Amino acid sequence: MATVFQGLGATAAITAAANPLDSNKLLLSSRRSFPGKKTSLVVVRSDGSLNLNTGSSAGARRLDQLVTNAVATKADAAAASSASKPGHELLLFEALREGLEEEMDRDNRVCVMGEDVGHYGGSYKVTRGLADKFGDLRVLDTPIAENAFTGMGIGAAMTGLRPIVEGMNMGFLLLAFNQISNNCGMLHYTSGGQFTIPIVIRGPGGVGRQLGAEHSQRLESYFQSIPGIQMVACSTPYNAKGLMKAAIRSENPVILFEHVLLYNLKERIPDEEYICNLEEAEMVRPGEHITILTYSRMRYHVMQAAKTLVNKGYDPEVIDIRSLKPFDLHTIGNSVKKTHRVLIVEECMRTGGIGASLTAAINENFIDYLDAPIMCLSSQDVPTPYAGTLEEFTIVQPAQIVTAVEQLCQ
Amino acid sequence: MASAFSATAKFAQPLPLNTTSSARSQDKLSPPALFDPFRTSSSAATSPFLGSTRQLLCKSNRPLSHRRSSSSSAVVAISDVKQKKPKSSSNLLITKEEGLELYEDMVLGRSFEDMCAQMYYRGKMFGFVHLYNGQEAVSTGFIKLLTKDDSVVSTYRDHVHALSKGVPARAVMSELFGKTTGCCRGQGGSMHMFSKEHNVLGGFAFIGEGIPVATGAAFTSKYKREVLKEPNSDHVTLAFFGDGTCNNGQFFECLNMAALWKLPIVFVVENNLWAIGMSHLRATSDPQIYKKGPAFGMPGVHVDGMDVLKVREVAKEAIGRARRGEGPTLVECETYRFRGHSLADPDELRDPAEKAHYAARDPISQLKTYMFENKLVNESELKAIDKKIDELVEEAVEFADESPVPDRSQLLENVFADPKGFGIGPDGRYRCEDPKFTQGTAQV
Repeated sequence: MATVFQGLGATAAITAAANPLDSNKLLLSSRRSFPGKKTSLVVVRSDGSLNLNTGSSAGARRLDQLVTNAVATKADAAAASSASKPGHELLLFEALREGLEEEMDRDNRVCVMGEDVGHYGGSYKVTRGLADKFGDLRVLDTPIAENAFTGMGIGAAMTGLRPIVEGMNMGFLLLAFNQISNNCGMLHYTSGGQFTIPIVIRGPGGVGRQLGAEHSQRLESYFQSIPGIQMVACSTPYNAKGLMKAAIRSENPVILFEHVLLYNLKERIPDEEYICNLEEAEMVRPGEHITILTYSRMRYHVMQAAKTLVNKGYDPEVIDIRSLKPFDLHTIGNSVKKTHRVLIVEECMRTGGIGASLTAAINENFIDYLDAPIMCLSSQDVPTPYAGTLEEFTIVQPAQIVTAVEQLCQ
Repeated sequence: MASAFSATAKFAQPLPLNTTSSARSQDKLSPPALFDPFRTSSSAATSPFLGSTRQLLCKSNRPLSHRRSSSSSAVVAISDVKQKKPKSSSNLLITKEEGLELYEDMVLGRSFEDMCAQMYYRGKMFGFVHLYNGQEAVSTGFIKLLTKDDSVVSTYRDHVHALSKGVPARAVMSELFGKTTGCCRGQGGSMHMFSKEHNVLGGFAFIGEGIPVATGAAFTSKYKREVLKEPNSDHVTLAFFGDGTCNNGQFFECLNMAALWKLPIVFVVENNLWAIGMSHLRATSDPQIYKKGPAFGMPGVHVDGMDVLKVREVAKEAIGRARRGEGPTLVECETYRFRGHSLADPDELRDPAEKAHYAARDPISQLKTYMFENKLVNESELKAIDKKIDELVEEAVEFADESPVPDRSQLLENVFADPKGFGIGPDGRYRCEDPKFTQGTAQV
């Protein structure tokens, strides 16, 4: 699926990558300054102008300018990145590794444990080279015993280390559910606050390319009820590195969801150190007509649909919620108050997924601002089939998103 | 002297599922295999598990001083020493001070648990309360050898482990009453005793889920020594759990990892033969749990868990091994709980004869007898300790009674170490900045 910027006056900026998924160039998102950190906020507005030190990107823009600049162009990218140092290009899994390595350099209590993370370098190469640099104890190859080594990570976190537990595939962490639910989430509370568990549990999940039902699971919906944990989902190299670093530095247990198909996304990220806020959502594309909330891989399907929508005259506001638990109700709320229509696009199952919780949260908090019921596009409640055609029907495709927006905006 | 070696008629039957039947005869015993994981002889350690250490005695009498020459003889030597009348006090296993310490700790455990039962039936504590009566020798025997920095991980039967480790009785009693002065601020309860100060890492309600946590604590100890290069980091972790847990996957997974990386941990099985109403023999294909150690590459030891001195000798060896970096040990303590599984358990399935047999081997009485016979203490000293403990436990109850119940504002504290984890509210502020948050009335 090669994407082509048709009908847009601006030059298309597609960073070279074989993977069609990264064809959407990303805006630098506005972000809150991290408390205590001296980072300057750079906001790239979709009309290409730069604003420094603004807290949010909500603001009126003229509609006609949007058509030509639905996504950032090369010129924008250059303008944006020249505000800071040139930066360097890398793939998402390398961004994760960079974040991990920087944190391991910074604090020698940070360690990694998981299957094949050491000598093999990680099944998606996120930890490649780290065992050579830090040794076999700091990048620990574990036997195949998810429940036990996740529990071991929790025990290590309670006694002073800062482990990162990798699930080779998030689905394998179902075997660690006992430890994640009972110990990871609860021990800080049941011990009366005596023990902190600064653990990061990460791994790839989501629907891949014909990996079959068991390797295509979305565990965020299963874990979201566990009290005491935070969940974040990364979607770009920029936020992957930022969220990885923030998760490691956080005193709370954090589950970082990566996606199997996003590891080869390429992006230029800043050279200087930065962190993404764990509790904040990311404004991907400001708009006026409708709020589209999404996360992880579906962001790219949404952005693809956005191009079509823009051609048809719609102006969608796209927000990557990033923080799956807790929801950033501020960013989401501001958007709802502006557009009055909400579409949620997610890869979770229909029943009990993140979208279901998000729908409830928005209804509870912002019902007065809604002009239409919230629509939620999720995957079908089906074990992901192996056949490619069936697999395509299980997840949400850009055409469905376009139809849904048209329906909501009537 | 209460015999530590009386076999019970109940356990004399051969075990139908025991396939290693070659050494069923009792004159061919070879405990050496207990400590040597690499011994492959099939005749090793195949004496039937008969609930009595007499069966595991080697016929040769090895004196205590030769213990180190063959690590296997620790179990043997203890029973030997106990049978001999010592000629001089230097042959004794404990000094007077140690004896008094052990006695006091066991009496504290016993009185505390008896008081718990009383308080429960008076409606002061609720839920599931699991009492430790009868098993005191295991807790005292092991934990009194630890330093403050060593860690203990337990199960839901954890009151006495916490007490032995040094958590004040008043803190434990308050926790049981659900008061805010409890060791976990009333948020944990009977099954979740934690103490950062004393390194009690819990208190877990699901069996087996504490064992990986203990393995993690041991991993930290090794990490601190090898990666962080802290030279004095030789902290040992003890994981206590029961016979039922030994059929659980987490147990085996952790035995593997601990032996693989030579973690400084001791796995202590408190085999009281019953998992609620399920007899160990009905649940386990090979009931001799200590044999599972060598399968993973660590020594497996069986010891009479009703005898605190024997437990202590084995513990010294196991903890010493761990501290020296030689790796983990699996210690199976044959013990018995005098009460039911919990205070809600009618305890109808256990044979009264079995209960009577073990009641006759009460660890506190045995220690008392040992100390009297070896002229270590006199009656009045022990009575003084009894009185002191009674007062301590009474005071703990008073303290717990008078302590306040947790306030509503305590509800949302401690859910997150960093309360920013509650997220950003619609007004743009972090939820935890909401003044109603501490009052526990904010909606999260």
